[in-house]
Amino acid sequence: MTTTPELESAAVRLSTAPEPVGPQRPRQLMAPVRRLWRQLTSMRTALLLLFLLALGAVPGGFLPQRSLNPVRVDQYVAKHPTLAPILDRLSLFDVFAAPWFAAVYLLLFVSLVGCLVPRIRLHARALRKPPPQAPGNLARLPASARWETSVPAEEVLGLAERRLRRWRTSRRGDALGAERGYLRETGNLLFHVSLVLLLVGIAVGQFYGFKGTVLVKEGSGFANAIASYDDIHPGRRFRQDSLVPLHFTLDDFRATYGPDGKARTFDAKVHYATSPDAPMAPYDIRVNHPLHVGAAKVYLIGHGYNVHVVVREKDGQVALDDSVGVPCLPQDARFLSTCTIKVPETRGPQLGFEGAFTPTTVRDPKTGRVGSAHPAVQAPALTIVGFSGDLGIDAGVPGSVYSLDHTHLTPLDGGRPHILVPGTSWQLPGGGSITFAGVTEWSTFQLTQDPGKRIALVAAIGIVLGLCLSLFVRRRRLWVRVRPETGTLTVVEVGGLARTDPDAFAAEFEELVSRLRSDIPPAAPTQATSTQEAE
Amino acid sequence: MAHLSDSLLFVAVLVYAMAMLGFAADAAARRASRVLSVEAVARDLVGAAGPPVTVTERPVRASGWVGTVALGLTALGWLAHVTSVVTRGVAAGRVPWGNMYEFSSAAALVAVTGFLVLVARGRVDKSLGAFVMLPVVLYLGLAGTVLYTKVGPLVPALNSYWIKIHVAAAVTASGAFLLSGVIALLYLLRVRFDERTVVGGSVRFPVSLGRSLPVAGSLDRAAYVVIAFAFPVWTFAIIAGAIWAEAAWGRYWGWDPKETWSFITWVLYACYLHARATGGWKGPKAAWIAVAAAGALIVDYYVVNIFVVGLHSYA
Ligand code: HEM
Repeated sequence: MTTTPELESAAVRLSTAPEPVGPQRPRQLMAPVRRLWRQLTSMRTALLLLFLLALGAVPGGFLPQRSLNPVRVDQYVAKHPTLAPILDRLSLFDVFAAPWFAAVYLLLFVSLVGCLVPRIRLHARALRKPPPQAPGNLARLPASARWETSVPAEEVLGLAERRLRRWRTSRRGDALGAERGYLRETGNLLFHVSLVLLLVGIAVGQFYGFKGTVLVKEGSGFANAIASYDDIHPGRRFRQDSLVPLHFTLDDFRATYGPDGKARTFDAKVHYATSPDAPMAPYDIRVNHPLHVGAAKVYLIGHGYNVHVVVREKDGQVALDDSVGVPCLPQDARFLSTCTIKVPETRGPQLGFEGAFTPTTVRDPKTGRVGSAHPAVQAPALTIVGFSGDLGIDAGVPGSVYSLDHTHLTPLDGGRPHILVPGTSWQLPGGGSITFAGVTEWSTFQLTQDPGKRIALVAAIGIVLGLCLSLFVRRRRLWVRVRPETGTLTVVEVGGLARTDPDAFAAEFEELVSRLRSDIPPAAPTQATSTQEAE
Repeated sequence: MAHLSDSLLFVAVLVYAMAMLGFAADAAARRASRVLSVEAVARDLVGAAGPPVTVTERPVRASGWVGTVALGLTALGWLAHVTSVVTRGVAAGRVPWGNMYEFSSAAALVAVTGFLVLVARGRVDKSLGAFVMLPVVLYLGLAGTVLYTKVGPLVPALNSYWIKIHVAAAVTASGAFLLSGVIALLYLLRVRFDERTVVGGSVRFPVSLGRSLPVAGSLDRAAYVVIAFAFPVWTFAIIAGAIWAEAAWGRYWGWDPKETWSFITWVLYACYLHARATGGWKGPKAAWIAVAAAGALIVDYYVVNIFVVGLHSYA
């Protein structure tokens, strides 16, 4: 890195990058503030903050995150009782919502804006200004050439100007300055401005967006209202009345699998309407194929089985017959699913059942444990344990529909599991029975509204476009100087530089010089073109 | 057809390995000839009784026919490799980048293509061949054994035209990034070699390998050129992935482990590009960032796919 001051000054202005922060003499009261600001908007700080951003994201890439999978966070906490509380104190299970992470990216963006504003101003000025004056000695530039010609000086500059017509040129005295590739800086600024726009888009989505999930059984419906959801994530500024009007019914859900049990297709057939009196229109919601309604989209995000059971009391009276079924929650890829059946409306003690549904049932010959060999319904079975007593539903404590509160329950038949296949029943010890009538399916849907999405997409396009311009366009400068020599000879000197990719520039320069030499033929044996490394 | 693809990959690895040996032999031959030519120059200078001159670098045009053969073998292996990827796609009736084995093979193909393009454009010398082909051979060997997956259809979440765009871009950028990582490491090796030899110190393996490498400046620039190509492609891959995620999962970004590591990789390469424009960070420091970024990419591809549970772990 031995660059002459001259070269330095010719090259530096090829970039509008903030200059290194040097020692400054404080002149006014505001001086320390100004110095701090310059420090914050320097390239060095930007680099440091970018580095911290990458580093800060690392725990988010290794540790389970609450926003993604709270269950796995709980498992991790249980497994690491001493370490986990410390990690939790540092927000390492919520990295992307952590105050320190926000501090890094907000500082980065403050730095970015602070750095962009002057750069945009500088670039706008550079776009209007002619290329700078030629440095004193063109031979000192990374690429230079020199020859003598019998073409008169004035004419040489005219010919050179014609050759460089795709460059921006300006003639000053005995020299012609030329510059190309302003789009590089334009692209760079577009890229950085788009980054800011992207952040705006994300923020709009965070504040005004909505996400909710709901489980819908085959044959049931859904109406879009906050109360209908199982789980909601509204943005801080989301207003309920901005939920799009929508209701739909799930007519049929179908999944197909390969022989290895890997899923091939999922397909939820629905009928939907966007106003109470509109006719219902059919639609297939599939993976990668959501339902669009106004500003919202409805996605198919999961599926599972409902078991249809009929519970009868001693005298044969039906206590439970929910033909829509009780949803079971899948536990593995082969859809072994846990089911919880509550029978509160009995005249005697209440009944509850817990167990597993297996679509393709297999039994381990040694342990007798039941498992599922395939996610499709090929040999369905329901394996349950029964309880009687008080389900605790009336106590006013909102219990989960997916688990039993065992405090006031006693197991039936000593807690022995019973395996039912469709159509079979278990005669309960105290009289009465439970019959496994059949299976249907359910799907989970997610409705999202993200008003910032458009902005983010525009920003993304700006980012890619800006990057391409910024990385593929080369900004370079060239000067041609003429000096009348003794007699009729004219000395032509050409020098040029590019701040990036000197190899490619050297090739371009050589090509250009050979063109110029054919326009402006050398008079006598001349020195060859020389290119040196810029670094 | 699937069988043909497998056999062709085997052939490609074999031919690449031969090319690698060829490059290594060529490098060794050149080293010997360079020592000779430097000695000859030194003797001349002594004879002329001129000022003391130390010759540090001298362009050597060694016979190099071994190197040319190695380059030819690389091109031959490349042909077999391309055909392997294409026939795989035909056999599966879809794009040939649907699982980790296929990603790896395609990424290695991009890296070899990148190397051949760089050599053809005169950006790097073919003496780099041995150092580039060694990781390629190891990587493909690993892909073909540990990660090997039989031809099969895609899982539903992957079955979208966005996969073609997103994964094609990701594979292209990854192959180029891996190549740039190798070049950056070689650059660091060469810089270390230069530092040691300037002070007249002795060099031991692996630093001694620096002797047969191109000059540091050209390696530095080659790494930059490759990264400058790959970075916008990677950016586009992430954006296409976000669009795909929006269509499939209802959000364009969710900090899934795969997304998080892609982001880390992206930011590290942004660091690299910044570092090259920041005083005091050019040269070896920037190269270390490029190496770290390639490390993050490897975590993104392998560690996350195999060990971390996320939406992407079906791959
Ligand atoms: C949000 C964080 C940022 C990211 C992700 C980012 C990313 C990048 C990338 C990828 C490049 C290389 C591509 C190009 O030349 O356009 C670049 C270049 C550049 N960035 Fe940033 N940047 C960020 C913030 C900043 C800040 C805060 C500054 C001001 C100090 C800055 C100043 C520059 C400059 C001057 C260049 C051009 C370097 C050159 O001339 O080669 N960037 N940035």
